[in-house]
Amino acid sequence: MSAPLLPHSVPELVEAVRSAPRVLAVGAQTKPRLGAVEAARISTAALKGILEYEPSEFTFTALAGTPVRELAAALAERGQYLPFDPLFLDAGATLGGTVAAGLSGPGRFRFGGVRDFILGVRFIDGAGRLLRMGGKVVKNAAGFDLPKFFVGSLGRFGVLAEITFKVFPRPASQLTLRLKTDGVENSARMLMDAASTRWEADALDLPPEGKGLLLRLAGPAAALEQLSSEVLGRWPGTRLTETEAEASWSGLRELRWAHAEGPLVKVALTPVALPLLDRVLAALEGTRVHVSAGGNVAFVSLASGSASTALDERLRGLGLSGVGLRGPGPLWYGEKARPKIALAVKQALDAEGRFPALDE
Amino acid sequence: MSEGALNRLARLLPAERLLVRPEQLAAYESDGLTVFRTRPLGIAVPETADEVIALVRFCHDERLPFVPRGSGTSLSGGSLPVANGIVIALNRLNRILRLDPALRVAVVEPGVVNAQVSLAAAAHRLHYAPDPSSQPICTIGGNVAFNAGGAHCLKYGMTSNHVLGIKAVLATGEVVQWGGSSRENVGPDWCGLFTGNEGLFGIALEIILQLLPRAECFHTVLAGYRTLEQAGEAVSAVIASGLLPGAIEIMDALALEAAKAAVHAEYPPGCEAVLIVELEGPREAVAADRVRLDAIIAASAPVESRPARDGEERLAIWKGRKSAFSAVGRLSPDFIVQDGVVPRRRLGEALRRIGEMAREAGVRCGNVFHAGDGNLHPLILFDGRQKGALERAEALAGRILRMCIEMGGSITGEHGIGAEKREYLGAMFTADEVECMKRLHNAFDPFGISNPGKMFPGAEAPALSQRGLHPLEQAGLLSRE
Repeated sequence: MSAPLLPHSVPELVEAVRSAPRVLAVGAQTKPRLGAVEAARISTAALKGILEYEPSEFTFTALAGTPVRELAAALAERGQYLPFDPLFLDAGATLGGTVAAGLSGPGRFRFGGVRDFILGVRFIDGAGRLLRMGGKVVKNAAGFDLPKFFVGSLGRFGVLAEITFKVFPRPASQLTLRLKTDGVENSARMLMDAASTRWEADALDLPPEGKGLLLRLAGPAAALEQLSSEVLGRWPGTRLTETEAEASWSGLRELRWAHAEGPLVKVALTPVALPLLDRVLAALEGTRVHVSAGGNVAFVSLASGSASTALDERLRGLGLSGVGLRGPGPLWYGEKARPKIALAVKQALDAEGRFPALDE
Repeated sequence: MSEGALNRLARLLPAERLLVRPEQLAAYESDGLTVFRTRPLGIAVPETADEVIALVRFCHDERLPFVPRGSGTSLSGGSLPVANGIVIALNRLNRILRLDPALRVAVVEPGVVNAQVSLAAAAHRLHYAPDPSSQPICTIGGNVAFNAGGAHCLKYGMTSNHVLGIKAVLATGEVVQWGGSSRENVGPDWCGLFTGNEGLFGIALEIILQLLPRAECFHTVLAGYRTLEQAGEAVSAVIASGLLPGAIEIMDALALEAAKAAVHAEYPPGCEAVLIVELEGPREAVAADRVRLDAIIAASAPVESRPARDGEERLAIWKGRKSAFSAVGRLSPDFIVQDGVVPRRRLGEALRRIGEMAREAGVRCGNVFHAGDGNLHPLILFDGRQKGALERAEALAGRILRMCIEMGGSITGEHGIGAEKREYLGAMFTADEVECMKRLHNAFDPFGISNPGKMFPGAEAPALSQRGLHPLEQAGLLSRE
């Protein structure tokens, strides 16, 4: 494969899109399976930088190739953050890649994920037109919400140039509890029960290897002390030190627990489906799984590519869908609906087929 | 529509559910934007999703335009009928199909009233967050079509942030199912694209809504200020503090006058503006945050600050706020509500300019707004019986919209473009961008039969009329925001 094109500005990005009959934008390649398709690569590595950041507006606009880590640092300086814990932060994931992959971390539990914080985009369609959709203010209902549509669409409908996000003030403090669990049925029940309490948990995750349930609280420090006592009165567990908590959450955020080589798959689910999924995964030897966002998503790491066919079939059997992030195996797993409208929308945004199709 | 087509349509529904008599049609001529009126050919009243699908497929086969409608509370003329088409009234698809407290979702039909969802969820200490002022009457189908907002958008987002799944019949007759009960999604976000389509893509038949635990505790403060600028400065101070209130609202003098007249709300005397800030969450968190909020408010030199002492006082504050729009009807025979958004830091400047423009035009204009997210709701008062009054009001509305665009905001925060603001779409987006949206529209509705005349400029202009309050407003059932 030839070296990727490396535009240094938005006009150069437009040129790059127009320069080849078939292109795909790539960021830091932290989710390489998403871009494993025949097409000229356009790297966003040189499209970095925050274009606008006005803390009093709770918004920023940045170029698509900006590493999320740089954004997070700039926001933290002003006491703000992206509440959904973007994944692969240390690995260098870009803002554009995070949107195109549709990936949110544990913090998506409380206030929502990438889709809930994206406000606007500038993108290049298949005909090479640079278009702005959505807005730059926190509230906007003008026009079709294409920014949301781009979340999870893997660059197959357009190349992102700039993205505007909503941000929130960072809570004064955080506190993480590790609660004892007793089997998957019990864990699923705990996730659902905890989600309905008055505590307004910030994150509810089941880390891999049966390491209990991580419940994170966020807010004023004094309140968290009292809330955590109540949680521990209901379920036995321990309070993590700040260092332990940081190690746990960053390990999950970077997916350090996953096999280095095998397929890594994001699966959308509900906590009631968790025991069924667990049974399926138990049959695939060496599989590790991190259940995140209160049981609404699982990151599944298979020991080898040979198990991916079985995972695909079994997810279909359960009516669940997944997407392969890295390693061998299919791009899409399980249930796959491809209504006619999907083709019509592809035609509307990319009539020439300049970007690969979803199923390539 | 030919008589043949009407006869064929009549075969789809029992006679009593196809309304064609003039007195029946009259009730559907307009929606919350009463200055526009159009009489449709007929009203179809389906009772099941299958009937809606059959109707849409019929319309597709016959190239017959249709306007989906819930309670008709749109403030942008979103459910304005078309003269050569029918209205599909969805009010009888009003079942909550499933309420799952463990997964915290409700599966509802499009005709379910917004407030009914929270009412049904209350037994499980859950609620549905989006709360447009019309929530006692507006329907979820309409909320989805126009991506409705409310007073709590800064923290909780708009309707689209709470829609997890949609089953819909598209204008082509294709039935699609997107998303599900999971908060997460795999692949492109079709529910995100569908929400806010203004009825141009088709009709949602089943919507899966996320429910949230009801906040355990609230701290609601009402503070009166001598000037609007002071109230605006207080908002800036709250935002700068790092607090994340559930709602931050401002009402100006005219809106206060209206609320006093309508629901006997009481406000500190001598104030040009009233600020409402609400914190919510677990009691321990609210207790800690309220100390900070109260200090910020005290430092902002209000004429008076009144924290709600109990749930009843809190509800009274919100009742006054949410009644403000329909209450203005008591001050003026007619009014238009605008919905522009400006960057929050420019709120003060925007309000000053709106005041100047209103004075220049000789038009009375009040303001109620979601100060936390920069969403303005200028209320432009006029008397439609006076020659040229409506035109002057509309001209002012147009200037306000252009100002919002110029400031880097939006022409609509939560009401949608509808029939009202379509001529301004091209002021906010380039010709290429409007063309892109038209291509998308064409993908969903190649014949342009689904809710025609909304969002895009250049369509046939609706008839203007000015006849005062909507009948539902007169009955106190509807309020505008």
